[in-house]
Amino acid sequence: MKHISRTTLIFLGSIVTFTLVVQVLISLGVLSPFWNTILRQGAVMAIVGLGLNLIYGFNGQFSLGQWGFYAIGAYSAADITYRWTNDANSNGLTVLFFTILLVGASILILYRVFGKIRGVDPLSAFAIYLIAAVGLTALAVSIGNLTAPAVNAILKALPTNIANTLVYLLAVIIGGILAAEVSFLFGLPVLTLGSDYFGIATLGFTIIVKVLLDNSDVMFGFVEMKGARGMIGIPKLTSWIWVMLFLILVIVITRNLLHSSYGRAIISVREDEIAAKAMGIDIGHYKTLTFVLGCLFAGLAGGLYAHINGFLHPDSFNFIKSFDPMIIVVFGGLGSVTGTVFAAFAWQLVLEGILRSILPPGFETWRYVVYPLLLLVMMLLKPNGLFGNYEIPYLRQVLPPLKKPATETQTPAAKESL
Amino acid sequence: MNRSEPIRKAPSFLESLVQRRTLGYLLLGLVLLVAIWRLGNALLENPSLFLQQVTNGLQIGFVYALIALGYTMVYGIVRLINFAHGDVFMVGAFTSFYAISRIQLHLWTRALFPDLNPFIADVIGTISVVLLSMAVCALLAVTIERVAYKPLRNAPRISALITAIGVSFFLEYFGALNFVYTANYITYRRPFDVITWVIGDQGVQVLQKGQEVPAGAIIFSNISFIIIVVSIILLVLLQYFVKNTRTGKAMRATAYDRQTARLMGVDVDATISTTFAIGAALAGAAGVLYAIAYPQVVFWMGIIPGLKAFVAAVLGGIGSIPGAVVGALILGQAETLSAAYISTPMRDAIAFSILIIVLLVRPTGIFGEAQREKA
Repeated sequence: MKHISRTTLIFLGSIVTFTLVVQVLISLGVLSPFWNTILRQGAVMAIVGLGLNLIYGFNGQFSLGQWGFYAIGAYSAADITYRWTNDANSNGLTVLFFTILLVGASILILYRVFGKIRGVDPLSAFAIYLIAAVGLTALAVSIGNLTAPAVNAILKALPTNIANTLVYLLAVIIGGILAAEVSFLFGLPVLTLGSDYFGIATLGFTIIVKVLLDNSDVMFGFVEMKGARGMIGIPKLTSWIWVMLFLILVIVITRNLLHSSYGRAIISVREDEIAAKAMGIDIGHYKTLTFVLGCLFAGLAGGLYAHINGFLHPDSFNFIKSFDPMIIVVFGGLGSVTGTVFAAFAWQLVLEGILRSILPPGFETWRYVVYPLLLLVMMLLKPNGLFGNYEIPYLRQVLPPLKKPATETQTPAAKESL
Repeated sequence: MNRSEPIRKAPSFLESLVQRRTLGYLLLGLVLLVAIWRLGNALLENPSLFLQQVTNGLQIGFVYALIALGYTMVYGIVRLINFAHGDVFMVGAFTSFYAISRIQLHLWTRALFPDLNPFIADVIGTISVVLLSMAVCALLAVTIERVAYKPLRNAPRISALITAIGVSFFLEYFGALNFVYTANYITYRRPFDVITWVIGDQGVQVLQKGQEVPAGAIIFSNISFIIIVVSIILLVLLQYFVKNTRTGKAMRATAYDRQTARLMGVDVDATISTTFAIGAALAGAAGVLYAIAYPQVVFWMGIIPGLKAFVAAVLGGIGSIPGAVVGALILGQAETLSAAYISTPMRDAIAFSILIIVLLVRPTGIFGEAQREKA
């Protein structure tokens, strides 16, 4: 145990204690299912927020596309578990498993090959990746359908509980990886755009995903997704413990990434792209890496979210909602992991919980009148977010900050000031 | 990819394939070819239907153009994506709704001068409704700018963006309250009667009530006419204002370099407020025109047109006034044509795919300048 530092122990100890205390309160019935749902959704938002904070707060890429990847993760994970619990068929699992496996392998190999060539054009590379991905997906569908009966037999041999949980966990992870692979394909050409244009293109991605989900049953044949009517009958398997496990995992991954040389490279891209390039940092590589990782988190969160309410509707993924993670990240403080986690819980508790319970009956619609006012006041009083650049000791960088912290943590374009 | 390797021999064929844009353009060209083939087929099959769709696209395109100008001007001058702009458009539509249904503003000429030619009375009445909406929107936008954006001018840019989203939510949900606009669809009464012309084999005729539209004819209503004419007048006025007046010059100077403009004696704060007011006035006019064309008002009606107009502004190159108009017209056509010939539910997805494709080919939009690096 001597390699684990004191701050790590304190962090892990306190967050595990928090998780267990809440779990005990839930089991004792002190926290009603209503508050339980809100807490779980808060944790989900924290995961999405951490992904966005990585992309925007630490790497300076203004992404409004998190919600689209969240939707991809949610729907793909939900489809897998739906097929297993309702049709006792694991073909969703096997098809998507082989898809992410084959497409992921092709991406890794092609990335290697392209890495050896100087001055690869992202758009041309994208064309090759796309052809490979489409071809391999078609192959994966047939392999998946072939192997499904065997997997069915294995899963049925297991006790129902264990089989369900196994499928659920795999579904969430596969959903996340699928979102990450889509984000790689989408990000490759789009990441070359300037900051605002990148934001707009990713916003477009969110809207495209929403429109595709609206038509998922009629145009694409996913009957169980029921298109614009909303998908029902997803097993409610996301418990408080599972969300918190994923949240802790995401925090630890983020922290370790940011504290490594990769993290310093990522932050240097945010501070000054030209200077980073001059120091020999491959900007494109780090932008892609952060974007893919951030979208992986969004996909994981989506999978978790799908199994909270057992209900998904394309309207929950429209572009208005795609500002929510952005609001949370800015609220907590750009470039502060602590702030994001705190703000996600606070945002969910205030908006869904406290405002709902303190407003008198008949005034529920006032919730969204009070919320923007809170947002305005908050931004006018603390333009740098609640926490600014503050981190708890476990998450704090060991190195001194690169530049003056707080206000300087924006993209170069953002520094053009208003 | 920065790899320190010894000087290498000339790239092989396969290497040069990915080093150039060839493959990417090939892919985009393929998409374009399919679209052109589809539209060309449609034109050959039924030319009058195609022309009808183009007319409809022109109508909605001009409405988008009016909204897009507000986005593009504000972005040009303060680099802020003003997400509340679509809701200003909504307020414009509601202002005209109340002006028409509650105080009957469109009838004031008839009430005061009963002998006036009814056509002229209608024209003046409609113009006064439009002017009232423009004034209310301008006032609203200046208030928003003073309260929500000005204090954040030196804060990180994202804070102002979040406040813009906040203002947008506030305008929508405050409007949705029961004592404001309510959350329901409200039928909008037009300030004038609709006249529809049929342009076909027998020349131009007025379509009577209950009459069938003959096959192969194009319908054109006075609504399309008004939308196109009013938009063109406003666009010309705006162009004149920005190019030829002192305030317009101040706006351009402020957009180019705020500090230097200040040093040259430009009142930067007033100029920024003026920009917001002009953009909002155009959005107000667009709101009235939109409500006249699609006679329904509801509190969230500004979201989708606002978003489309924003896309149009980006498509044309955000910050450029002709760009916004061209982008809006392209978007209007793309939207109606894809709804008619490709897929109605996928309309928005197609509009955004076009945006992303254009950005990949021209990263700052059609008329956009390369991003200037500020020292």
